[in-house]
Amino acid sequence: MARQLINVPAKVKRGQVFEIKTLISHIMETGFRFTTTGDKIPRDIVTTFSCSYNGEEIFRADLYPAISANPFLDFFTVATESGTLDFKWAGDNGFSETASAKIVVE
Amino acid sequence: MGRTKPVATRRAVMLGGLAGSLAATIRLEPAQATPERMRAAIRNVVGEASVRKGRVDLEVPPLVENGNTVSLAVSVDSPMTTTDYVKTIHVFNEKNPQPNVISVHLGPRAGRAKFSTRFRLADSQIVTAIAEMSDGTFWSASADVIVTLAACVEGI
Repeated sequence: MARQLINVPAKVKRGQVFEIKTLISHIMETGFRFTTTGDKIPRDIVTTFSCSYNGEEIFRADLYPAISANPFLDFFTVATESGTLDFKWAGDNGFSETASAKIVVE
Repeated sequence: MGRTKPVATRRAVMLGGLAGSLAATIRLEPAQATPERMRAAIRNVVGEASVRKGRVDLEVPPLVENGNTVSLAVSVDSPMTTTDYVKTIHVFNEKNPQPNVISVHLGPRAGRAKFSTRFRLADSQIVTAIAEMSDGTFWSASADVIVTLAACVEGI
């Protein structure tokens, strides 16, 4: 279970553009590093992230080894209806995590 | 008149030897992305379409102390309506082991075409962001970054 941090405003006005910040703990091993004995360290990264707002996808990102450990993503969306934001991360070695946040639209 | 022809002086020969041994050391390291590989990766994304400069704002610090975490923010000048919005934003680099950094897919519901994240840089290089609009045009911005401590190459 990887730790996640989600930052979403609790209340927003209808039609307002608001910011969503997400972070997940993950080593993001590039697959380009070697141990002292010369063995290649296998790649282990988060490859995709997506965010949906009441079931409809609003943001998706394809990540590559160039993304830092503990990938942080900050993006925006328009407030339409009260509901939930669902976050999904997927990666190498069957890595899969989900999180959700409630949003109240006034 | 004119400059003298280059002559193989002792200094030139020594420098040549040094450059040769440096090249040999570099070759031992994992394959690096090159400006050519970055161009190939960009071609993969844009195809035959032309990429114009402008409309994209790429924020990276000009001087980076630690290449393991470099802040990156990309914003695109777009009204983000249902008929005119940013579809995708791609970020590329020249000298990391791979030319791709991130590809972000947006839609009219994003409201604002902006995202930020943190990425790794293996060397001082040029970072390029390319945005694909809903009308099929491509816009780009590039930034020069100087890195003092590189990421990716250190062992454990």
